[in-house]
Amino acid sequence: MLLQQLINGIALGSTYALIALGYTMVYGIITLINFAHGEIFMAGAFVGLLMVAKFKMNFFLAMLVAMITCMVLGVVIERIAYRPLRKSSRLSALISAIGVSIFLSSLAQMIFGADAKGFPETAFPVQQIHIGEADISTLQLLIIGVSACLMLALEFIVKKTKIGKAMRATSEDYNTAALMGINVNMIISFTFALGSALAAAGGVLVGLLFNAVSFNMGLMAGLKAFAAAVLGGIGSIPGAMLGGLLLGVTEVFGVAAGYSSYRDAIAFAILVFVLMVKPTGLLGKKIQKKV
Amino acid sequence: MGDTLQSLLGHINPYLLQIIVNIGIGIVLALGLNVITGLTGQLSLGHAAFMSIGAFTSALLTIKLGLPFSVNLLITGVVSAGVGALIGYPILRLTGDYLAICTLGFAEIVKVIFLNLEITNKAFGLSVPPPKSSIPLPIMVWVVVILAVVVVSFIHNSRFGRALKAIRGDEIAAEAMGINVARYKVQSFAIGTFLAGVGGGLYAHFISFINPSDFGFLKSIDILSMIVLGGLGSIPGSIIGAAVLSAAPEFLRFMANYRMLVYGGLLVFMMIFRPNGLMGGINFTEVFLKALGRKPHMKELKGKEELP
Repeated sequence: MLLQQLINGIALGSTYALIALGYTMVYGIITLINFAHGEIFMAGAFVGLLMVAKFKMNFFLAMLVAMITCMVLGVVIERIAYRPLRKSSRLSALISAIGVSIFLSSLAQMIFGADAKGFPETAFPVQQIHIGEADISTLQLLIIGVSACLMLALEFIVKKTKIGKAMRATSEDYNTAALMGINVNMIISFTFALGSALAAAGGVLVGLLFNAVSFNMGLMAGLKAFAAAVLGGIGSIPGAMLGGLLLGVTEVFGVAAGYSSYRDAIAFAILVFVLMVKPTGLLGKKIQKKV
Repeated sequence: MGDTLQSLLGHINPYLLQIIVNIGIGIVLALGLNVITGLTGQLSLGHAAFMSIGAFTSALLTIKLGLPFSVNLLITGVVSAGVGALIGYPILRLTGDYLAICTLGFAEIVKVIFLNLEITNKAFGLSVPPPKSSIPLPIMVWVVVILAVVVVSFIHNSRFGRALKAIRGDEIAAEAMGINVARYKVQSFAIGTFLAGVGGGLYAHFISFINPSDFGFLKSIDILSMIVLGGLGSIPGSIIGAAVLSAAPEFLRFMANYRMLVYGGLLVFMMIFRPNGLMGGINFTEVFLKALGRKPHMKELKGKEELP
């Protein structure tokens, strides 16, 4: 029972973590809460669904197409809605992000209709594997596996490549990085592309997990993932992973303990509690404010 | 007197009247958030939660106790402000985005609690009877609007308001100047949530059916958009922002299905071309005096604030 719930929680949590990574990376670089991120996640799920259902694509190929589409979407959004506002107040950028989010979700509602759609059953054949007392579906293994691979890839890009180094430099100090010859605009676009790709992968996986893709799935998932990012310490990549897993596991245990009607409140209750105790999140750095 | 007023209102197109009342409620809510976010600089993404606390308190006061509407609104405001201060005390220690996400989280928790409470009829929502008052509701709403504008203007230009602006400018510097930052923040939060509660009470009796899901994240964002659109920290800005955004869905109604699409696009467009809001950076005394053909005098401009 315990093992079962733990696996359910990790599967759910790794999708939260995938979305949270996008929030945390964008925040780390331009200190913007990208509220449209949840909608990119939704768009990813729809593209994946479309590829599988209409074009009879292989599931993994469909996920790849969704990731690439959302990369473009993320970069375009940044170009149109955020770049002109980089010099103005952060609140204006925030409202702009909210505008994009409303725009995208109503666009999706117009195109795909208001009801939730499911993946065809042939999309990914689900089998149950018994380990001790726990039942693990191959779907859960897939989610955990894909998330782990993507996170490792991200870790590699950020830590080992030149562009990753530039990303870290930009998030450390935007202006100094620009002075050192880093093309900051390019790095920001790249960050958006990376975050959006992860969100799209998360979207396809969540769509498959709950077998439901709808125009408003981005809102709650986005809010919870954002909570996960803040919980782990916003701006910190391992923090987002940890925060996502923690939220997923607690949520599943909360539901198992019989608080299913409080499901959406559990994540936020933990968040509020953690911030009370440790105001910078679990792995966040304490920044001493200088006068 | 109530009957005369009622018959006066009868001459106004009911649809127009509905928009006017919506605008009034929007202004009360926006002014409340303006005190917290515009004046004190504390970003709150949970304003709708206090509106829902107000709406349910006020509805229950009418249903269970049948209190007169004015007393009802006063109690409602005090209850919301009490909850606001209670919540504000611990969370206002946080700054910036951490505070924002905490208020957001709190709002979600409030929504889920209302969805599970027996007394608020769980997820089915609550029907609200007409308010116990001889004054018709539209007039009541606008009386509250005028009171709110007067009180908030007074706060803006008082010693208290200057302390709040100092906190907005720089918290550490304000503290060094001897301002009790924690106390002032909680007080400004209480004032903002008081107005949110009163706005919620008016909303509940105007719509006459309330559901916890009406007061979600998007409602908070609606109110925040009003004050940012109008220009943060400006009272005329809040009024115009609230008027534009409360009326916008009605004027966009002819587009039916494209309504929200256009609304989202407009928000982005507005922010790109007027990032400080419609009224941001405009000094109203100056504009007024210019219109009268008089040069603004320094003395008259004194005390008018500068925008961040």
